[in-house]
Amino acid sequence: MDTPDALCFLAAAPSRLLAMAPVDLLIVVIYFALVLAIGFYMKKYAQTGEQFFMAGREMTAWIAGLSFISANLGSLEMMGYAAGTYENGILVGHAYWIAAIPAILFLALVMLPFYYICRTHSVPGYVKLRYGESTRALSAISFAVMTILMSGINMYAMAVIMKVVLGWNIHFSIWVSSLTVAIYVAAGGLLSAIFNEVLQFFLIWLGCLIVPLVGLLETGGWDGMVARIAANFPNQDFIHMWRSTGTYDNPMGIHWVGIVFGWGLAISFGYWCTDFLIIQRVMAAKDLRSAKLGTIIGAFFKMMVPLIVILPGLLGRAVLPFELVSEPVAQQTGQHSYNEVLPLLLVRYCGPGLLGLGVTALIAGFMSGMAGNVSAFATVWTYDIYQPLIRKRASDAHYVRMGRWCTLLGVFVSIGTAYLVMGFRSIIDYAQVVFVFFIVPMFGTVVLGMLWKRTTPAAGFWGLLAGILAAFGLWLWVRLDPSALRYVALSGDAKVGMADNIYRAMWSLIVNVVVTVVVTLFTRPKPAHELKGLVYGLTEIPSEGQFPVFKRPIFWAAAVGLGFVILNVIFW
Amino acid sequence: MSDKKHFISIWFFIGVLLAVYGLLILGAGVWELFNPTPSQVAMRGLHASIWWGALLVAIGGFYCIRFRPGKGQ
Repeated sequence: MDTPDALCFLAAAPSRLLAMAPVDLLIVVIYFALVLAIGFYMKKYAQTGEQFFMAGREMTAWIAGLSFISANLGSLEMMGYAAGTYENGILVGHAYWIAAIPAILFLALVMLPFYYICRTHSVPGYVKLRYGESTRALSAISFAVMTILMSGINMYAMAVIMKVVLGWNIHFSIWVSSLTVAIYVAAGGLLSAIFNEVLQFFLIWLGCLIVPLVGLLETGGWDGMVARIAANFPNQDFIHMWRSTGTYDNPMGIHWVGIVFGWGLAISFGYWCTDFLIIQRVMAAKDLRSAKLGTIIGAFFKMMVPLIVILPGLLGRAVLPFELVSEPVAQQTGQHSYNEVLPLLLVRYCGPGLLGLGVTALIAGFMSGMAGNVSAFATVWTYDIYQPLIRKRASDAHYVRMGRWCTLLGVFVSIGTAYLVMGFRSIIDYAQVVFVFFIVPMFGTVVLGMLWKRTTPAAGFWGLLAGILAAFGLWLWVRLDPSALRYVALSGDAKVGMADNIYRAMWSLIVNVVVTVVVTLFTRPKPAHELKGLVYGLTEIPSEGQFPVFKRPIFWAAAVGLGFVILNVIFW
Repeated sequence: MSDKKHFISIWFFIGVLLAVYGLLILGAGVWELFNPTPSQVAMRGLHASIWWGALLVAIGGFYCIRFRPGKGQ
């Protein structure tokens, strides 16, 4: 995009919520300058494949852990779940607790050792070692497609923020933000992405925490906020996580069975245990103990994210003087949509300076998510698609060049997908549609391969394919005939949207596991000597050394697990 | 990685950024305190910019000193 086009977009911008003061703009500009500077600074340290794609496997537990959680703090976390909370209440908070903490701890204690010990570059790389080339190709191509689609979500979400707060044209924002990410990831690879993600972690927390703090002061604390919500929206339950899930009569229209088995098991374990975007960060840790501790550090901060995402969604119900509407209605009527609740609160509470920090925090969130997608895409494309399928034998420098170019290419392709987001009911729904297609069946394939040595290569391939097709088929069925949801969700009371996705995930995982098990029973397994380092029972887990109990991953995993239980009881 | 020793610590970058942001926000808050202008911002009486800016300066300053280049880690 050349300068005159950009100026035309700015001139055509709609009215903004609030004009940013010069100090706000300066804060945003400083941020963009620093992330680009870090990218160029890191370029000289990202010359080999191991450095560019795996950050040299030298990260400490804290850097790996903060990067791990920051890559997850993309647009979904910031805007999507705040919007979901405004729409459905605190039920959406399950995304941070039951649908995250058990899976992250399972990754840290059970699955990560296998990823780490086999020294592969990626999750599809593990699949290749365990099942063979055809399954790797299927998982790598599906991951690449998903990654590009998710990147589009990030771009769209960021552009919405720019539109609401700054009045920038949505298309102009997509190009500016995505090109910045493309430059710093292409220059410094995973090293640059990780360093910027740690930086972004601090900005996200320090920029967003001001909203719930001041918001609670305005409402007179938690009790005051709850009272205001009850007054504004009588006879609706927005503040209990489990109490209303014994039936489908709750804002999300979901039963606890769907929450536990669809969201907490299928979607959550699929995302946290097999999405390479996330796992790549902790695979870059300097040793297995750091990788485990980093993952557990990530779990702790994930558990705390509701403070800056769920709480603002509830505050929107309590303090905003108008009601927000869904995105399609907003586009027709000119009202504000659910997706705008977080920026609206930023505008409400942040004066000059703080507004710049808050906007920068949101931009940082979007860029960390986008960078995560792009860096993972570059690795999977180069090592799991390009190297095995297109050019098997080339120099290390050639693959690094390919990584840089496909980073740029991936950004351009994902820009196109950003526009797909607008046709869906909400950002969260769209994300979960994509997750369920690819990630959920992948978990069944990988975890069976890790824990059951009998699982055969043919079963891995057909189980994965069946899971993907089942998810897609169910989605298409409900799309063409909404009344079919009664069969997918096991009740005529379930609602299309998030509940639909959650139940589809559950069925997709069941189909995947059943097909994998059945095919395994009728095909020949790999000999045991080919499974060493890949499968439970045939892999020697290295010692973590002699450390006091409070320095061991298991201790901190137990502490996080206890916190998870206590929080669920408090907000039951 | 042999070049690792040449890295400037990421914590130092974070310290610099937070300290600069803190100074800017603190400055904006103090300016608003002495030059109040009409605004739709809720809870203005809290002067959140001042105490939040000071917090950022404190955190940023700590990281700048603790992880400054050449100090060793």
